[in-house]
Amino acid sequence: LYSLLTSIKHSASTKPLIFIIISFYILSLRESFPFFFLLQATTLEENSEEKFLGKMDEFVNLKTTELRLGLPGTDNVCEETERVSCCNKRASPSDTENETESSTRKIETSPPRKAQIVGWPPVRSYRKNNIQTKKNESDHEGHGMYVKVSMDGAPYLRKIDLSCYKGYSELLKALEMMFKFSVGEYVERDGYKGSDFVPTYEDKDGDWMLIGDVPWEMFECTCKRLRIMKGSEAKGLGCGV
Amino acid sequence: MNYFPDEVTEQVFDFVTSHKDRNAISLVCKSWYKIERYSRQRVFIGNCYAINPERLLRRFPCLKSLTLKGKPHFADFNLVPHEWGGFLQPWIEALARSHVGLEELRLKRMVVTDESLELLSRSFSNFKSLVLVSCEGFTTDGLASIAANCRHLRDLDLQENEIDDHRGQWLSCFPDTCTSLVTLNFACLEGETNLVALERLVARSPKLKSLKLNRAVPLDALARLVACAPQIVELGVGSYENDRESEQYLKLEAAIKKCTSLRSLSGFLEAAPHSLSAFHPICHNLTSLNLSYAAEIHSSHLIKLIQHCNKLQRLWILDSIGDKGLEVVASTCKELQELRVFPSDLVGGGNTAVTEDGLVAISAGCPKLHSILYFCQQMTNAALITVAKNCPNFIRFRLCILEPNKPDHVTSRPLDEGFGAIVRACKRLRRLSLSGLLTDQVFHYIGKYAHELEMLSIAFAGDTDKGMLYVLDGCKKMRKLEIRDSPFGDAALLADVSKYETMRSLWMSSCEVTLGGCKRIAQIAPWLNVEIINENDNNRMEQNGHEGRQEVDKLYLYRTVVGTRTDAPPFVWIL
Repeated sequence: LYSLLTSIKHSASTKPLIFIIISFYILSLRESFPFFFLLQATTLEENSEEKFLGKMDEFVNLKTTELRLGLPGTDNVCEETERVSCCNKRASPSDTENETESSTRKIETSPPRKAQIVGWPPVRSYRKNNIQTKKNESDHEGHGMYVKVSMDGAPYLRKIDLSCYKGYSELLKALEMMFKFSVGEYVERDGYKGSDFVPTYEDKDGDWMLIGDVPWEMFECTCKRLRIMKGSEAKGLGCGV
Repeated sequence: MNYFPDEVTEQVFDFVTSHKDRNAISLVCKSWYKIERYSRQRVFIGNCYAINPERLLRRFPCLKSLTLKGKPHFADFNLVPHEWGGFLQPWIEALARSHVGLEELRLKRMVVTDESLELLSRSFSNFKSLVLVSCEGFTTDGLASIAANCRHLRDLDLQENEIDDHRGQWLSCFPDTCTSLVTLNFACLEGETNLVALERLVARSPKLKSLKLNRAVPLDALARLVACAPQIVELGVGSYENDRESEQYLKLEAAIKKCTSLRSLSGFLEAAPHSLSAFHPICHNLTSLNLSYAAEIHSSHLIKLIQHCNKLQRLWILDSIGDKGLEVVASTCKELQELRVFPSDLVGGGNTAVTEDGLVAISAGCPKLHSILYFCQQMTNAALITVAKNCPNFIRFRLCILEPNKPDHVTSRPLDEGFGAIVRACKRLRRLSLSGLLTDQVFHYIGKYAHELEMLSIAFAGDTDKGMLYVLDGCKKMRKLEIRDSPFGDAALLADVSKYETMRSLWMSSCEVTLGGCKRIAQIAPWLNVEIINENDNNRMEQNGHEGRQEVDKLYLYRTVVGTRTDAPPFVWIL
């Protein structure tokens, strides 16, 4: 390990202070994870300096050991805005847990990421959708193109953000997961085969169309709402079963 | 105890209308309990799972009006899955079977189906009033049955519901003989409206006092509607895209001038107006103004309108009005009692439309203010201390700083002192919502000073279990406690289980309570329903033997006299 330390010092020409701190950190870690360090030591002999730095980042949080001016807990650097939940208003489970962890940490550590937290700000969905709709109309890049989705037989509607999906396969997968069904296979002239369920949408003219017939970009612009039809009603749209 | 015959006592009880008072009366003695229960016409049930319809009807066989609330408050913010519960159907079925003379039904956060509405419309010949707030699960077909079958319908009030609009002809389902409408509010419907049917309905409803239109009602229709209902007291404008010179606009102006009884204005759901001047003539009569859906109205128009509203008591507005706009409100609306400022930009980090200055200005200018909901980007302790000094009469104080854990932006300290000042000064405070960076200290203040507090909403606050303990120990009148993303765990939860019998409910999500702790409560208190909502992976909870460490995502517990409910979906685990 001492040869390791000397090799660190030799390569630490530009950032001496940080590397000294890191080396002390390693020493303390070494007490708790002896095997891990043995492994690291051997691989270090073989690898280049850059790989070493990469591996350093993995187990040492440079941020916490970084010397900065400023009060603990404040962080002037803009953190990435991650879209934790964009497609579903309810975040996926692991994301919610991450948010919990970061937000319940004590004041001394870094504040929560600027991610979209589920249910925050505390504004009713009805109101949120209203503002969202306005934003979509005025700004066509769209912070979200929310459309309602209904399924025959289900008592409640859902809402999805079309801009979350890059194409039909993603959209259909999401719908299948949301309503727990499967659409069957899409064949261009024959529609969806192999399932009682047919995904349709209402376009700007008020007509009900089969999802998948028009190019995705056109679909995004003209789609007003979605409906998953079931059974006999779907036959009218020219789908095989 | 009884010096009067029952009939006389009953007459006296008729003057007692508040639920709390009537509940108190029924506890005095057996004879009063009996008289009270037979004479009770209006029943309020704050949690539909605390009681069941059979027991309700056994106790109050003469009920005429029922208010039911279903999902917990945080369901408004998508924290409760749609299928959680709160179904109306069993209630309607039981009420229909019992032949009770139901006349009024008011629901909040319940799941209502077309089937329920149909059954409702057919079962009660004297049904008069339906008010649905934040409900879901039904379509305009259900509304059609209400319209068609309720011969004496007086109120149809739909507020912020998620309704599947089949764009059918529900409005034309009102028979020509229906002339009793007093309230018609369908602002939350998204689809097209049959304007001809609507106009005819309004024309034959001379008692109509409240009309709130949806976004599909254009300006010219608005003008005609207002012209044939000059007696209107509450108006909700649908679409308001106008051209000042147009004939339609002039017609509207003329019609509005005649509405001398108009006291409440809302809506503007689709609005890109050049001006709101058509409404200026009636502004001095307005007591309630809700422009919180009018995202496209420029603040200058809003300010010009508000400058005429010197009798305003209730104002709901978007933060686009800015601090300057709030200063205008403060100098004009001296009668203001309730203010709500909603965010126009939910993503945040944008323009800081309203700040602590706006809040301080309002508190200084409006001495009668008692309820406030304020969304803002930043706050300071100094501002809150000033607000507390200016307005010691707050009953409801809800502050939402959009960024969680944000400290005082001037001193970078937590906002404990600011909120502490509020609870210390406002001795009649019943509802409080906290935000910003907060430590256990704020809860110490709340426990010590907020004697009348009934509802507390906590998010991203506190350091240790002590915080929650301060509140549970100190706030004797607490009824609803809802907590999210705060470091409170089993020690706080289990400290005084008997406390939960005095409360309606407790919600804790993303806190540090464990499955072991929840199971313990369920064991100690069989009169509580302890629900764990775990959408992710049902089995994970059961297989893991380390209950003491297994953190629970969402906990909802509430007192009940009817035990475990039977309609819970699979992801709700009732211990």
